[in-house]
Amino acid sequence: MLGYITRRIVFGAAVLLGTSIITFMLAFVVPGDPAVAMAGAKADPQTLASIRKELGLDQPIAVQYMRYLDRAVHGDLGRSYIRRESVTGLILSRFPATAILALAAMVLSLVLGVPMGVLAAAYRDRAADNALLVFSLALVSVPVFWLGAMLLIVGGLYLRSFPLGGFGDWKSLVLPTVTLALGSAGYYSRILHTNLVDALDQDYVRTARGKGLSRARVMAKHALANAMLPLVTLAGLDLAGLLSGVVLTETVFNWPGIGRLAFEAVFNLDVPLIMGTVLFSAFLIVVANLVVDLLYVWLDPRIRLGEHG
Amino acid sequence: MKLGVMEAVGAAMVLSLAILAIFAPALAPHDPTQAVAETFGNPGAPSLAFPLGTDQLGRDVLSRVVFGARITLTIGVAATAIMMTIGVAIGLVSGFFGGVADFLLMRFTDVVLTLPGLLLAMALVTVLGPSLLSVLGVIGLISWTGIARVVRAETLSMAQRDFVMAARALGAPAPRLIGRHVFPNVLPIIIVMAALGTSGALLLDAALSFLGLAVPPPAPSWGRMIEEANTYFLTAPWLAAFPGLAIFYAVLGFNLLGYGFLRRRARTTSL
Repeated sequence: MLGYITRRIVFGAAVLLGTSIITFMLAFVVPGDPAVAMAGAKADPQTLASIRKELGLDQPIAVQYMRYLDRAVHGDLGRSYIRRESVTGLILSRFPATAILALAAMVLSLVLGVPMGVLAAAYRDRAADNALLVFSLALVSVPVFWLGAMLLIVGGLYLRSFPLGGFGDWKSLVLPTVTLALGSAGYYSRILHTNLVDALDQDYVRTARGKGLSRARVMAKHALANAMLPLVTLAGLDLAGLLSGVVLTETVFNWPGIGRLAFEAVFNLDVPLIMGTVLFSAFLIVVANLVVDLLYVWLDPRIRLGEHG
Repeated sequence: MKLGVMEAVGAAMVLSLAILAIFAPALAPHDPTQAVAETFGNPGAPSLAFPLGTDQLGRDVLSRVVFGARITLTIGVAATAIMMTIGVAIGLVSGFFGGVADFLLMRFTDVVLTLPGLLLAMALVTVLGPSLLSVLGVIGLISWTGIARVVRAETLSMAQRDFVMAARALGAPAPRLIGRHVFPNVLPIIIVMAALGTSGALLLDAALSFLGLAVPPPAPSWGRMIEEANTYFLTAPWLAAFPGLAIFYAVLGFNLLGYGFLRRRARTTSL
């Protein structure tokens, strides 16, 4: 078990290292000179040279990368070219807005998706199952930014029930949450349906039914307990993805989160901010992966006993 | 192979789009690039003459949606071809040879899977400059991971089958084993993944277009139409509504096709 955990941690570190290399290379492909970006086009050569020296741009790439890595490990992701603020500070200041939206969307998508999946599996191969399948496919087929825009037009403009974007009271949270949650709900219900149908075919379910347990009880206590495991994994990783910012939804709703920060960074070619947000996102996903892996050790005795070592 | 209702409906939807794209000049009532309504810089609401309305330049939205099928489907299919090539190659090699190659390729796949796809796509398209080639390449480069995993799993199970073992025992070289014995049997799942990959590519292209990273004009892709309608969201919602519905229709068509086959497969193999 210890070996398993160690391997997962080493793998997580490797993923982060790989991501940092890829983002660092990206910074070198970006056209333009960082020194010019910082000092402005009219700066004299001496100023530029001193900025280059200060940023370490006169060093070999490998040295620059090691310095970047060293600072990143200590939480320093550099300074934004455009905003002239610390990248770490910017990301942290935007994190609360993104976190509220991410958590609300995750809760709503599970509240909608799990019953849909259970219902579809309970009525397997019947009309209700087919209808739910088509419905969930429809949910995952809607472009999320378009859904957001349409909800904004209907809920904000025609019904006047919700604000036209921005971050305020609970009402401002409703439309972006629904926008994000509908697609994931469709996705989760599909995954859960597949897992449940698999579980319902297993011998232990037949045994439970044979013992005279009711359909509902077998579904809840036996099939669902097993089918939910992969969904927990998926939801954990999705939450990490959501926490690292939802570019499209935050852009549509003018939501002051990390997604919009990243969007602005890309459009201004603000290299440190691009690298910072990508790295932050990878970090969250790696941590979520680790948490899920550890959760599995706890939930699944086969891993604990080393069978899946 | 017998078609189920779901696949049949999906296939019909995809086919209708293909017909729309091929016969766009005959089907569209107007030229999509010419002003046909005199609205003096204001979008025109849907009317009898223009069922889907006209845009801020007086162009017919219906005609633009019809012509949009061309560029949108081209991007969807071409990006899918790229992601399939990468995914299938990695999946086949990984699943067939196993060992170190498998380990390295799958860890690489894991890393790519961890990367924030949309952010990276945005950054890459911005750096390379939005063009047909950069949009296609970037969508292909970040979307192959799921395909590689599925093809690997399928190849792994095929490589253990008796007929492959027999061919191997007869001394067939690896390329022949893969090409003649494994690949044809992995093909059905590859086709399913291609349908699902296309729906993913269409959504990603639409997202990039919405963020202003579309294939440049005059090509009126649906995603681009929504982006251009951005300033009129609240005053002329039809400008964004109809191209969005078109994207939804296309993505749903490919999804029904892919998931329909997947479901039938799950049912027949479990019997």
